[in-house]
Amino acid sequence: MKLAYWMYAGPAHIGTLRIASSFKKVHAIMHAPLGDDYFNVMRSMLERERDFTPVTASVVDRHVLARGSQEKVVNNITRKDSEENPDLIVLTPTCTSSILQEDLQNFVERASLESQADVLLADVNHYRVNELQAADRTLEQIVSFYIEKARKKGDIALQKTKIPSINLIGIFTLGFHNQHDCRELKKLFLDLGIEVNEILPENASVKNLKNLPQAWINIVPYREVGLMTAQYLQKEFDMPYIDITPIGLIETARFIRKIEQIINQLGGNVDFEPYIQQQTKAILETSPFVQTNKNSKNNNLPKKAIVFGGSTHASAITKILVREMGINVIWAGTYCKYDNTWFQEQVDGFCSSVLITEDHAEVGNLIAKTEPDVIFGTQMERHVGKRLNTPCGVISAPVHIQNFPLAYRPFLGYEGTKQINDLVFNALNLGKELALFEIFNDSSTHETFKHDISISWSPEALQELEKIPGFVRSRVKRNTETFAKEGKIASITLDVLYAAKENLTN
Amino acid sequence: MTISESKDLTFECETGNYHTFCPISCVAWLYQKIEDSFFLVIGTKTCGYFLQNSMGVMIFAEPRYAMAELEEGDISAQLNDYEELKRLCLQIKRDRNPSVIVWIGTCTTEIIKMDLEGMAPKLESEIGIPIVVARANGLDYAFTQGEDTVLAAMAQRCPSVSTSEINQKESNKFSSLFNFAQKKIQSNEQKLNLVDHQPLVLFGSLPDPVVTQLNLELQKQGITVSGWLPAKRYMELPIIKEGNYVCGVHPFLSRTATTLMRRRKCKLISAPFPIGPDGTRAWIEKICLSLGIEPKGLEEREQQIWDSLTDYLNLVRGKSVFFMGDNLLEVSLARFLIRCGMIVHEIGIPYMDKRYQAAELNLLEETCRKMGTAMPRIVEKPDNYNQIQRIQQLKPDLVITGMAQANPLEARGINTKWSVEFTFAQIHGFSNARDILELVTRPLRRKGNLRELGWNTLIE
Ligand code: SF4
Repeated sequence: MKLAYWMYAGPAHIGTLRIASSFKKVHAIMHAPLGDDYFNVMRSMLERERDFTPVTASVVDRHVLARGSQEKVVNNITRKDSEENPDLIVLTPTCTSSILQEDLQNFVERASLESQADVLLADVNHYRVNELQAADRTLEQIVSFYIEKARKKGDIALQKTKIPSINLIGIFTLGFHNQHDCRELKKLFLDLGIEVNEILPENASVKNLKNLPQAWINIVPYREVGLMTAQYLQKEFDMPYIDITPIGLIETARFIRKIEQIINQLGGNVDFEPYIQQQTKAILETSPFVQTNKNSKNNNLPKKAIVFGGSTHASAITKILVREMGINVIWAGTYCKYDNTWFQEQVDGFCSSVLITEDHAEVGNLIAKTEPDVIFGTQMERHVGKRLNTPCGVISAPVHIQNFPLAYRPFLGYEGTKQINDLVFNALNLGKELALFEIFNDSSTHETFKHDISISWSPEALQELEKIPGFVRSRVKRNTETFAKEGKIASITLDVLYAAKENLTN
Repeated sequence: MTISESKDLTFECETGNYHTFCPISCVAWLYQKIEDSFFLVIGTKTCGYFLQNSMGVMIFAEPRYAMAELEEGDISAQLNDYEELKRLCLQIKRDRNPSVIVWIGTCTTEIIKMDLEGMAPKLESEIGIPIVVARANGLDYAFTQGEDTVLAAMAQRCPSVSTSEINQKESNKFSSLFNFAQKKIQSNEQKLNLVDHQPLVLFGSLPDPVVTQLNLELQKQGITVSGWLPAKRYMELPIIKEGNYVCGVHPFLSRTATTLMRRRKCKLISAPFPIGPDGTRAWIEKICLSLGIEPKGLEEREQQIWDSLTDYLNLVRGKSVFFMGDNLLEVSLARFLIRCGMIVHEIGIPYMDKRYQAAELNLLEETCRKMGTAMPRIVEKPDNYNQIQRIQQLKPDLVITGMAQANPLEARGINTKWSVEFTFAQIHGFSNARDILELVTRPLRRKGNLRELGWNTLIE
């Protein structure tokens, strides 16, 4: 048992649901107690989804506990099949089903005999993997299932496209700025004259998975999700993949050069160098970190920063801060414990120490101890920053409604570089402004609480008044006193307070 | 599928495939209500993820709640539950020093049959902090019923003798300190002509301002509320003696009511719930009646509130509502809205205790007759998929629903109101009737303003 207040990565089934519901016409059925479908709320709220989230529960209740799910799961699958006509139904186990040890595979086999849709049991164990690992695995599972199916039927598309093309793997629902990143990458490929073969799993159809081998290269922008699928496709079809995250000018250039190299190896003939030069120059001309001389106020670099987040973003941001902005990263860390070695390698040489932990308190304590000037982390680090009066830029999941901006905010590619420049620059400047506020002792928020002397307040009424939220309290007080004056009431009791409320809200 | 109108209330039961919150969510409001408590949810990452995300920014405010996260070793019984819980509770005692630790049992503790009730008394005496056990899991309960399980457990902890009876001297010394305040209250009491009646304890967690308002309303009738379950602090749980009267303020507290009747031998006043001016009046009247007091001035009071609501009533009159059902407040809210002149098609509800809600159901029937509207169908354990078919057929003006369906329905041109807001807003008593209508009319008002732009549906 461990005492936990906060987790960076959610439970396994969330990963499976995120993959399943990103596809078109894929329905997930959770084997779960009532209340575990909170995923639907999150998706609807955060992604502002216009469609019903294709996730339902096959509810585990007392009856199931006593007698097993029996026909229930099978019926729920066949019912969904006829109601929604999905291409695929993914039966999703939860922590509850992990310990019930029912033979879910058997249900899946029985249900698939009756249903039009394909039926799969997500191969994830609550106690062994977290949200991200489960997502990675589920995507691979679905892809390999359809590749095998197409192979058996002999309609797999092995012929490469004429124009160099890629599959973009790992864009999915509730991902940190995923939608924006996807758009930015599509634009990048368009600029480079590269065709996008398939994007997985966001908005993809399982029917098209047999076309995956047509692409020349698989692109995995985020380390956490998609890597297993890329490795599977490499093993099966000898497809090369790129797992460089194009965050920042240097990594984006490395990313594009790698694409160029592979395309040319495969018989293409492309030269992306002029494009890289032109894009890089355009950004360097406006970057506040290169143009520091023009603006003498910003010359107090390097600042001390710390970075914490998912392995992809934390490592990429560390690199960009150090190499492209001249900021000193005193330590970098990730909560992706299972990917510890990779992370260490990535940030090696860019920061003096590395923190690998899932415990937010450990992160918080180290921040307090090392006193950085600026924090780049998740929502949790943002709140640590608030407490310590240290500015913070949010660079990684776990997500929050604010991480679903309506305006275009990619982290990847050239546009992403601009957005990160803004983010870092604002965070640094905010720190400076906070310090200035303190020097001038900004007291505008400390409103004093004066009483009208001609009217007295009973202790109970006054106590009640104190319970009213600060920002409306003085108005309520004023209104109540006006009400009392008009009614020639000399002393305000609880009764008068409420009478005033009723009267004045009319 | 045809939808018929009926002369009597009809009760149906569907498949139970609906969205609601897990009952462990009650820790979010109960830890704030009971200021010296600490809630320990003994469950998995699933439970923690739900709480973390549903609590929103509260999670960053060092809440007095935590997960005791079960790991594989706990499930396979390699680790000793008792020792593990002791270690965590000692840590909580050291860091927070609460007056009570509430253990929330979850689905996992049910399935692996962890004996929380057996361990609690032992650990309690070992560490010197009361431990209250509530099994608020998703296998058995929905959303607000979580509070019911906690309060039912707390009902057994209410003292039956006052501390002053135990230690007269001590309390005398103590009360002299507060002499000033007491004199004030006494003078108040004389003015209000408080009646001598059997002690009355109210149950249900409400924000403090609402507690004060309801206390005041009863005081006007000469009734003294001797205590509330829960009180602001665990140390202030009310004294409950055999024969005391008890009355609930929420429709979802049937276990607490049962516990108070059976285990504490109290007399339950079955009343409609004080939601809306009609409900509040009926609630007070029922209490007066049970205590042998002649209610006074209530009719005018109710009328006065209705008069003050005219602007809102004009907006809602004749409009139709569909409750998908997820928090058990549905019957009371529907009854109030019908009285406001709305038409209610369907009252979805997770669980219907016809005995505990009897008075409320009667008032609902009465209200329908009075307003001349058809009786709504009450659908227990609804099936959200079927409900959406019915909604598309009926095209109600407003659907009161959870957040999972709200955006998709809005995109289909159907006005929605998030049901969970009714759980957190102040909706009880005379003066808060306005707040309910504010919530109900907000989507109607906003849509009215936007419709001119020509957008009704956002899907193809
Ligand atoms: S339904 Fe059960 S497993 Fe899920 S959050 Fe609630 S108590 Fe935990």
